[in-house]
Amino acid sequence: MAEVTLMKTPAETGLAQAFEGAKALLPGNAESRAQAFEQFNLRGLPHRRVEEFKYTDLRSLMREAAPFAAKPSGEEARAALANAKALAGVSALQVPFVNGHFVRDAVRFESLPEGVEVVPLAEALASGHDWLAHLSPIPWASDNPVYQLNTSFMADGVMLRITGPVETPVHLRFVTSSASAVATATRVLVLVEDGASVTLLESHESSNGAGHQPNDVVEIIAGDETDVRHIRMNVEGDQALALSTLAVKMGTEARLTSVNLVAGAAVSRHQVFGLFNGENAKAQINGATMIKGRQHADSTLVVEHGAPHCESRELFKTVIDDEATGVFQGKIIVPHHAQKTDGRMMSAAILLAEGGAMNNKPELEIFADDVQCAHGATCGQLDEDLLFYLMARGLPKKEAESLLVQAFLGEAVEFVDNEPVREALVAAIEEWLRTRS
Amino acid sequence: MLEIKNLVVQIEDKRILNGLDLTVNNGEVAAIMGPNGSGKSTLSYVIAGKEDYEVLDGEILLDGQNLLEMEPDQRAAAGVFLAFQYPLEIPGVASMTFLKAAMNAQRKARGDAELTMPDFIKRVNAAATQLEIPKDMLKRALNVGFSGGEKKRMEILQMALLQPTFCILDETDSGLDIDALRIVSEGVNALRSPDRSFLVITHYQRLLNHIVPDTVHVMSAGRIVKSGGKELALELEANGYADYRESEAA
Repeated sequence: MAEVTLMKTPAETGLAQAFEGAKALLPGNAESRAQAFEQFNLRGLPHRRVEEFKYTDLRSLMREAAPFAAKPSGEEARAALANAKALAGVSALQVPFVNGHFVRDAVRFESLPEGVEVVPLAEALASGHDWLAHLSPIPWASDNPVYQLNTSFMADGVMLRITGPVETPVHLRFVTSSASAVATATRVLVLVEDGASVTLLESHESSNGAGHQPNDVVEIIAGDETDVRHIRMNVEGDQALALSTLAVKMGTEARLTSVNLVAGAAVSRHQVFGLFNGENAKAQINGATMIKGRQHADSTLVVEHGAPHCESRELFKTVIDDEATGVFQGKIIVPHHAQKTDGRMMSAAILLAEGGAMNNKPELEIFADDVQCAHGATCGQLDEDLLFYLMARGLPKKEAESLLVQAFLGEAVEFVDNEPVREALVAAIEEWLRTRS
Repeated sequence: MLEIKNLVVQIEDKRILNGLDLTVNNGEVAAIMGPNGSGKSTLSYVIAGKEDYEVLDGEILLDGQNLLEMEPDQRAAAGVFLAFQYPLEIPGVASMTFLKAAMNAQRKARGDAELTMPDFIKRVNAAATQLEIPKDMLKRALNVGFSGGEKKRMEILQMALLQPTFCILDETDSGLDIDALRIVSEGVNALRSPDRSFLVITHYQRLLNHIVPDTVHVMSAGRIVKSGGKELALELEANGYADYRESEAA
């Protein structure tokens, strides 16, 4: 019998070599890394025949594996952070990462806001910290190849514990600053104790002109009666291939608001994995994506109602100019026991030019019989009548379009209650509109 | 002065305007009345510059400028204002943001400096008070959740703020109760001036009791078929459009 040999792509071969070279050097439990990489390697990079990656074929989008970035010197890190612009005007506790490595010097551990504890992940992995047991709170995330790659390569990150109501936002600032393309893998674990509340900001930016490959995972375990506001901003460089995952497990009566703004990267895929683990919890998960040129942006969402009486709302808005491609995949899973689930998912896209494309795939998997679930997806152009109305009042066409686009994306952004943060997101939308050709 | 000469317009191969001639002098309030389907709303859209219509012949001149060669925003800057029959709801655009954008866009087109915030607020407040528009209405998204009367008042507010020279009121009376009709008419009357003219499109004489026209034109089958003074409106109210419909059939 002839042996079947699977052809590996250059990127897959590169990842395997990178893992061989790095596994002895990466901190922590080598076995769990090896297991994750083995699972990944078995199937390789996901391609269009893998349902979850049908519209984002990583096998063809990722030509080569970029080398993993070395830890920057203190000076390099300081210079990179001095140039970082995303959410720069928002007053927050800065938790910065440069080239995938936590910048320890930038955090004043002795004067953290009350209710916030920060533990560097690399050290925690090396020393076998207690909190590591909380990593990977959502079991089925481990089947996801993007997540597996992060588990295999995660070099650094932080673990945060929020023990009470925290007023000051915590800003996880990710900056990649390297002339040549580099890969990074960071993991952030946020433990929000019962009754605590926090605003988590994430910004991701990198230099233009290099095909950086960040793969970032943020995991939140929100206890009972917690309130987590999560705002994420992707303004990666124009050649970046940015993969990211947000995994959230929510306790009884927990509240979550998550808003992800996407403007950057040549290719991006943001995955949200949510699990309701206690009754009467509520989540509002939004996305606002604006892409142009030949950008490709994928928002993929899976929410499992693992407990009855929970409410989920998803609102994803995508604006596509030129020949860009948008993807929305959303799945709400309601098992037998999750009665009285209330779920509503909406994805709406506007195509500003002839050459753009949007792929909308909302799904509901409902096994319980007493639930309210709905989903909707729309795709169209700006309303001609509205444009005429605005122009008849004197607004030039471009300005009229901008006003309508702002209003369209604004619906997803208005859930951000922190005013400086919301203003920063609105400013990013305006900036995008200004630079439209 | 607005001059329309031999205007021929079609939409999707259907002829709507058939060689329409009309002149409205500066300071004049001209009313256009006519049966349903006679082309009144088409006329208002074509003057304002809506894309869907195909102009086959004729010209529209505002103070000598050829409007047909201009985009809708350029026409607005040149002084044209259309108060819509059905003002559109624009979710997510705050009324104040919209008003400021419109006022500044027109100022920019005319080479004037942008309004300062206090100046803008002062102007809006003054106009809103006159039209009995409550402040919280201005805080909402444009026309979203407004009643029919509120939407029409909002149109007149825009007219008052933008200070156009040629105003078209497209069935502004439709959907208004008596009080709203009075408020809207007073708002319009306050804007009457020797260098501003109006084209008031309506089905009913009622509006013309409040906004008294200088001239009345009857439109039928895409043309002006009779013109006269304000007494013509009363005549139409008494006799209906039957006479003109016959001319349409002929």
